[in-house]
Amino acid sequence: MAKQYRSIGEEVWKNKVEKVNAELFIFTYGSLVVQLIKDYEDYHSVNKQLDKLGYNIGVRLIDDILSRTNLEKCKDMRETAEVISKIGFRMFLNIAPSVSAWSADSKEFSLILDDNPLNDFCELPPRAVQGGLWYSNVLCGVVRGALEMVGLLVKVEFVRDVVRGDEVSEIRVRLEKVLDEEVPVGDD
Amino acid sequence: MSPTFYFAIVGTNDSPLYEAEFGVRRDENKHLNQFIAHAALDLVDDAQFMSNSCYLKTVDRYNEWNVSAYVTPSNVRLMLLHENKAEDSIKGFFTDCHELYLKTLLNPFYEPNAPIQAQAFDTKVQALARKYLL
Repeated sequence: MAKQYRSIGEEVWKNKVEKVNAELFIFTYGSLVVQLIKDYEDYHSVNKQLDKLGYNIGVRLIDDILSRTNLEKCKDMRETAEVISKIGFRMFLNIAPSVSAWSADSKEFSLILDDNPLNDFCELPPRAVQGGLWYSNVLCGVVRGALEMVGLLVKVEFVRDVVRGDEVSEIRVRLEKVLDEEVPVGDD
Repeated sequence: MSPTFYFAIVGTNDSPLYEAEFGVRRDENKHLNQFIAHAALDLVDDAQFMSNSCYLKTVDRYNEWNVSAYVTPSNVRLMLLHENKAEDSIKGFFTDCHELYLKTLLNPFYEPNAPIQAQAFDTKVQALARKYLL
Protein backbone atom coordinates (compact mmCIF):
# COMPACT_ATOMS: atom_id res chain seq x y z
CA MET A 1 0.00 0.00 0.00
CA ALA A 2 2.76 2.40 0.96
CA LYS A 3 4.47 1.68 -2.30
CA GLN A 4 1.37 2.66 -4.18
CA TYR A 5 1.13 6.02 -2.42
CA ARG A 6 4.73 6.69 -3.20
CA SER A 7 4.22 6.19 -6.91
CA ILE A 8 1.03 8.27 -6.89
CA GLY A 9 2.90 11.08 -5.14
CA GLU A 10 5.79 10.97 -7.58
CA GLU A 11 3.51 10.79 -10.56
CA VAL A 12 1.61 13.88 -9.41
CA TRP A 13 4.83 15.75 -8.64
CA LYS A 14 6.26 14.98 -12.05
CA ASN A 15 3.31 15.61 -14.26
CA LYS A 16 0.52 17.48 -12.63
CA VAL A 17 1.81 20.34 -10.54
CA GLU A 18 3.26 23.69 -11.51
CA LYS A 19 6.69 24.40 -10.08
CA VAL A 20 8.15 27.65 -8.85
CA ASN A 21 11.78 28.52 -8.43
CA ALA A 22 12.98 27.12 -5.11
CA GLU A 23 15.04 30.18 -4.18
CA LEU A 24 12.11 32.48 -4.82
CA PHE A 25 9.96 30.34 -2.57
CA ILE A 26 12.57 30.01 0.19
CA PHE A 27 13.38 33.72 0.28
CA THR A 28 9.74 34.69 0.23
CA TYR A 29 9.12 32.47 3.22
CA GLY A 30 12.28 33.66 4.98
CA SER A 31 11.43 37.32 4.63
CA LEU A 32 7.87 36.60 5.72
CA VAL A 33 9.10 35.02 8.95
CA VAL A 34 11.57 37.81 9.62
CA GLN A 35 8.92 40.44 9.02
CA LEU A 36 6.55 38.66 11.41
CA ILE A 37 9.28 38.67 14.04
CA LYS A 38 9.80 42.40 13.56
CA ASP A 39 6.08 43.09 13.78
CA TYR A 40 5.19 40.87 16.72
CA GLU A 41 8.47 41.03 18.66
CA ASP A 42 7.57 37.79 20.36
CA TYR A 43 8.49 34.37 19.05
CA HIS A 44 5.45 32.58 20.43
CA SER A 45 3.09 34.93 18.64
CA VAL A 46 5.12 34.41 15.48
CA ASN A 47 4.71 30.65 15.84
CA LYS A 48 1.00 31.18 16.23
CA GLN A 49 0.75 33.41 13.18
CA LEU A 50 2.73 30.96 11.06
CA ASP A 51 0.39 28.21 12.18
CA LYS A 52 -2.63 30.31 11.21
CA LEU A 53 -1.10 31.10 7.83
CA GLY A 54 -0.47 27.42 7.31
CA TYR A 55 -4.01 26.54 8.36
CA ASN A 56 -5.42 28.83 5.70
CA ILE A 57 -3.11 27.24 3.14
CA GLY A 58 -3.96 23.74 4.28
CA VAL A 59 -7.73 24.05 4.01
CA ARG A 60 -7.24 24.93 0.35
CA LEU A 61 -4.51 22.50 -0.52
CA ILE A 62 -6.45 19.45 0.59
CA ASP A 63 -8.93 20.00 -2.21
CA ASP A 64 -6.07 20.33 -4.64
CA ILE A 65 -4.66 16.98 -3.55
CA LEU A 66 -7.98 15.19 -3.72
CA SER A 67 -8.81 16.58 -7.13
CA ARG A 68 -5.51 15.50 -8.64
CA THR A 69 -5.48 12.01 -7.23
CA ASN A 70 -8.16 9.36 -6.99
CA LEU A 71 -7.72 8.62 -3.35
CA GLU A 72 -10.17 6.56 -1.45
CA LYS A 73 -11.14 7.41 2.07
CA CYS A 74 -8.38 6.44 4.48
CA LYS A 75 -9.34 3.64 6.80
CA ASP A 76 -7.15 4.58 9.73
CA MET A 77 -4.55 7.06 10.94
CA ARG A 78 -1.71 4.91 9.63
CA GLU A 79 -3.01 5.25 6.13
CA THR A 80 -3.62 8.97 6.61
CA ALA A 81 -0.04 9.43 7.75
CA GLU A 82 1.24 7.66 4.64
CA VAL A 83 -0.86 9.88 2.41
CA ILE A 84 0.33 13.06 4.18
CA SER A 85 3.93 12.03 3.77
CA LYS A 86 4.03 10.31 0.41
CA ILE A 87 1.49 12.43 -1.43
CA GLY A 88 0.96 15.68 0.48
CA PHE A 89 4.57 16.60 1.18
CA ARG A 90 5.77 15.09 -2.09
CA MET A 91 3.33 17.05 -4.15
CA PHE A 92 4.09 20.48 -2.75
CA LEU A 93 7.63 20.31 -1.42
CA ASN A 94 9.04 17.23 -3.19
CA ILE A 95 10.03 15.62 0.08
CA ALA A 96 8.58 12.57 1.76
CA PRO A 97 9.05 12.68 5.52
CA SER A 98 9.28 9.29 7.16
CA VAL A 99 6.46 8.33 9.47
CA SER A 100 7.55 6.91 12.79
CA ALA A 101 7.16 6.81 16.56
CA TRP A 102 3.54 5.68 16.65
CA SER A 103 1.87 5.82 20.01
CA ALA A 104 0.30 2.63 21.35
CA ASP A 105 -3.24 3.72 20.49
CA SER A 106 -2.21 4.61 16.91
CA LYS A 107 -3.43 8.14 17.31
CA GLU A 108 -0.13 9.90 17.44
CA PHE A 109 2.85 9.80 15.09
CA SER A 110 5.91 11.73 14.06
CA LEU A 111 6.90 13.02 10.66
CA ILE A 112 10.67 13.08 10.38
CA LEU A 113 11.84 15.60 7.81
CA ASP A 114 15.26 14.63 6.56
CA ASP A 115 15.40 17.57 4.26
CA ASN A 116 13.27 20.65 4.70
CA PRO A 117 13.57 23.06 1.78
CA LEU A 118 12.35 25.96 3.94
CA ASN A 119 15.48 25.60 6.06
CA ASP A 120 17.88 26.14 3.20
CA PHE A 121 20.11 29.19 3.77
CA CYS A 122 18.51 29.74 7.15
CA GLU A 123 20.59 30.11 10.26
CA LEU A 124 18.71 31.09 13.39
CA PRO A 125 20.28 33.70 15.64
CA PRO A 126 20.71 32.42 19.24
CA ARG A 127 18.04 34.84 20.41
CA ALA A 128 15.42 33.16 18.21
CA VAL A 129 16.39 29.71 19.42
CA GLN A 130 16.06 30.77 23.05
CA GLY A 131 12.82 32.58 22.30
CA GLY A 132 11.32 29.32 21.08
CA LEU A 133 10.84 30.11 17.40
CA TRP A 134 9.83 27.19 15.20
CA TYR A 135 11.02 28.48 11.87
CA SER A 136 8.96 26.13 9.68
CA ASN A 137 5.85 26.24 11.83
CA VAL A 138 3.77 26.98 8.76
CA LEU A 139 3.97 23.26 7.93
CA CYS A 140 2.12 22.38 11.14
CA GLY A 141 -0.69 24.69 10.19
CA VAL A 142 -0.90 23.19 6.73
CA VAL A 143 -1.27 19.67 8.08
CA ARG A 144 -3.80 20.79 10.66
CA GLY A 145 -5.87 22.72 8.14
CA ALA A 146 -5.84 19.95 5.56
CA LEU A 147 -6.87 17.25 8.02
CA GLU A 148 -9.60 19.38 9.52
CA MET A 149 -11.26 19.64 6.12
CA VAL A 150 -11.48 15.87 5.89
CA GLY A 151 -12.95 15.58 9.35
CA LEU A 152 -9.91 14.93 11.49
CA LEU A 153 -9.19 17.31 14.31
CA VAL A 154 -5.48 17.08 15.03
CA LYS A 155 -2.90 18.77 17.12
CA VAL A 156 0.31 19.34 15.21
CA GLU A 157 3.55 20.75 16.53
CA PHE A 158 7.26 20.80 15.91
CA VAL A 159 9.28 19.01 18.56
CA ARG A 160 12.70 19.13 16.96
CA ASP A 161 14.19 21.28 14.22
CA VAL A 162 17.55 21.18 12.47
CA VAL A 163 17.91 24.97 12.43
CA ARG A 164 17.60 24.97 16.22
CA GLY A 165 20.54 22.62 16.46
CA ASP A 166 18.67 19.31 16.66
CA GLU A 167 19.74 16.33 14.62
CA VAL A 168 16.52 16.02 12.66
CA SER A 169 13.33 17.95 12.21
CA GLU A 170 10.33 16.26 13.71
CA ILE A 171 6.66 17.16 13.55
CA ARG A 172 4.36 15.46 16.03
CA VAL A 173 0.79 14.86 14.92
CA ARG A 174 -1.91 13.79 17.37
CA LEU A 175 -5.46 12.89 16.49
CA GLU A 176 -7.80 14.61 18.91
CA LYS A 177 -11.18 13.84 17.48
CA VAL A 178 -12.85 12.47 14.40
CA LEU A 179 -15.58 14.81 13.32
CA ASP A 180 -18.61 12.82 12.41
CA GLU A 181 -20.77 14.06 9.68
CA GLU A 182 -22.87 16.09 11.97
CA VAL A 183 -26.45 16.63 11.16
CA PRO A 184 -27.16 20.34 11.19
CA VAL A 185 -29.64 21.43 13.76
CA GLY A 186 -32.99 21.13 12.11
CA ASP A 187 -35.76 23.64 11.97
CA ASP A 188 -38.33 21.55 13.72
CA MET B 1 59.25 32.64 10.81
CA SER B 2 55.68 31.91 10.00
CA PRO B 3 53.71 34.65 8.32
CA THR B 4 51.02 36.84 9.84
CA PHE B 5 47.78 37.82 8.18
CA TYR B 6 45.00 40.19 9.05
CA PHE B 7 41.67 39.80 7.27
CA ALA B 8 38.73 42.17 7.37
CA ILE B 9 35.40 42.44 5.61
CA VAL B 10 34.33 46.04 5.25
CA GLY B 11 30.70 46.97 4.63
CA THR B 12 29.38 49.56 2.22
CA ASN B 13 29.46 52.27 4.85
CA ASP B 14 33.11 51.57 5.72
CA SER B 15 32.36 49.78 8.96
CA PRO B 16 34.03 46.45 9.63
CA LEU B 17 31.70 43.43 9.37
CA TYR B 18 34.23 40.82 10.30
CA GLU B 19 37.85 40.70 11.41
CA ALA B 20 40.29 37.87 11.85
CA GLU B 21 43.98 37.24 12.28
CA PHE B 22 45.79 34.19 11.04
CA GLY B 23 49.23 32.82 11.73
CA VAL B 24 51.52 34.21 14.36
CA ARG B 25 49.83 36.88 16.39
CA ARG B 26 51.89 39.93 17.10
CA ASP B 27 50.36 42.16 19.66
CA GLU B 28 52.21 45.28 18.65
CA ASN B 29 50.35 45.26 15.35
CA LYS B 30 46.89 44.92 16.72
CA HIS B 31 45.69 48.48 16.35
CA LEU B 32 47.90 49.18 13.41
CA ASN B 33 46.18 46.47 11.36
CA GLN B 34 42.83 48.17 11.42
CA PHE B 35 44.46 51.47 10.69
CA ILE B 36 46.33 50.17 7.66
CA ALA B 37 43.26 48.43 6.27
CA HIS B 38 41.16 51.53 6.77
CA ALA B 39 43.74 53.75 5.11
CA ALA B 40 43.77 51.48 2.09
CA LEU B 41 40.02 51.81 1.50
CA ASP B 42 40.49 54.99 -0.51
CA LEU B 43 42.99 53.24 -2.73
CA VAL B 44 40.54 50.40 -3.20
CA ASP B 45 37.96 52.91 -4.38
CA ASP B 46 40.46 54.18 -6.95
CA ALA B 47 41.66 50.77 -8.00
CA GLN B 48 38.25 49.20 -8.54
CA PHE B 49 37.65 51.31 -11.62
CA MET B 50 40.94 50.30 -13.21
CA SER B 51 40.11 46.63 -13.27
CA ASN B 52 37.26 44.45 -14.43
CA SER B 53 37.79 41.70 -11.94
CA CYS B 54 36.76 41.63 -8.30
CA TYR B 55 40.26 40.78 -7.16
CA LEU B 56 42.34 43.97 -7.15
CA LYS B 57 45.70 42.43 -6.18
CA THR B 58 47.90 44.57 -3.96
CA VAL B 59 46.50 48.06 -3.59
CA ASP B 60 48.70 49.50 -0.88
CA ARG B 61 51.92 48.98 1.03
CA TYR B 62 52.79 50.03 4.55
CA ASN B 63 56.26 49.18 5.81
CA GLU B 64 56.45 45.39 5.51
CA TRP B 65 52.70 44.98 4.95
CA ASN B 66 51.01 44.45 1.60
CA VAL B 67 47.31 45.18 1.40
CA SER B 68 45.30 43.09 -1.05
CA ALA B 69 41.66 43.78 -1.73
CA TYR B 70 38.65 42.15 -3.32
CA VAL B 71 35.51 44.11 -4.08
CA THR B 72 32.18 42.33 -4.41
CA PRO B 73 29.63 43.64 -6.90
CA SER B 74 27.65 45.08 -3.99
CA ASN B 75 30.71 47.06 -2.91
CA VAL B 76 31.57 45.04 0.15
CA ARG B 77 35.34 44.94 0.45
CA LEU B 78 37.47 42.05 1.58
CA MET B 79 40.88 43.27 2.76
CA LEU B 80 43.89 41.15 3.55
CA LEU B 81 47.14 42.36 5.11
CA HIS B 82 50.04 40.08 4.35
CA GLU B 83 53.80 40.16 4.27
CA ASN B 84 54.70 37.64 1.60
CA LYS B 85 53.40 37.68 -1.94
CA ALA B 86 51.31 34.83 -3.22
CA GLU B 87 48.72 36.22 -5.60
CA ASP B 88 47.19 32.93 -6.64
CA SER B 89 46.50 31.62 -3.19
CA ILE B 90 45.21 34.99 -2.01
CA LYS B 91 42.87 35.12 -4.98
CA GLY B 92 41.59 31.66 -4.10
CA PHE B 93 41.12 32.70 -0.49
CA PHE B 94 39.15 35.80 -1.49
CA THR B 95 36.95 33.93 -3.94
CA ASP B 96 36.01 31.32 -1.36
CA CYS B 97 35.45 33.96 1.30
CA HIS B 98 33.19 35.82 -1.08
CA GLU B 99 31.14 32.66 -1.46
CA LEU B 100 30.94 32.27 2.31
CA TYR B 101 29.85 35.86 2.64
CA LEU B 102 27.16 35.25 0.02
CA LYS B 103 25.82 32.32 1.99
CA THR B 104 25.63 34.52 5.07
CA LEU B 105 23.83 37.16 3.07
CA LEU B 106 21.24 34.63 1.90
CA ASN B 107 20.21 33.93 5.49
CA PRO B 108 16.97 35.84 6.02
CA PHE B 109 18.02 36.66 9.58
CA TYR B 110 21.15 38.48 8.50
CA GLU B 111 20.81 42.21 7.95
CA PRO B 112 23.05 43.54 5.19
CA ASN B 113 25.93 45.60 6.61
CA ALA B 114 25.53 44.17 10.10
CA PRO B 115 28.56 42.59 11.79
CA ILE B 116 28.82 38.87 11.14
CA GLN B 117 28.70 37.16 14.50
CA ALA B 118 27.93 33.59 13.53
CA GLN B 119 30.45 31.17 14.94
CA ALA B 120 30.11 28.94 11.89
CA PHE B 121 31.32 31.71 9.61
CA ASP B 122 34.42 32.27 11.70
CA THR B 123 35.24 28.57 11.73
CA LYS B 124 34.93 28.35 7.96
CA VAL B 125 37.08 31.41 7.34
CA GLN B 126 39.77 30.00 9.61
CA ALA B 127 39.62 26.75 7.65
CA LEU B 128 40.01 28.63 4.38
CA ALA B 129 42.99 30.52 5.79
CA ARG B 130 44.67 27.25 6.68
CA LYS B 131 43.95 25.89 3.22
CA TYR B 132 45.26 28.85 1.20
CA LEU B 133 47.49 31.00 3.34
CA LEU B 134 49.25 29.15 6.11
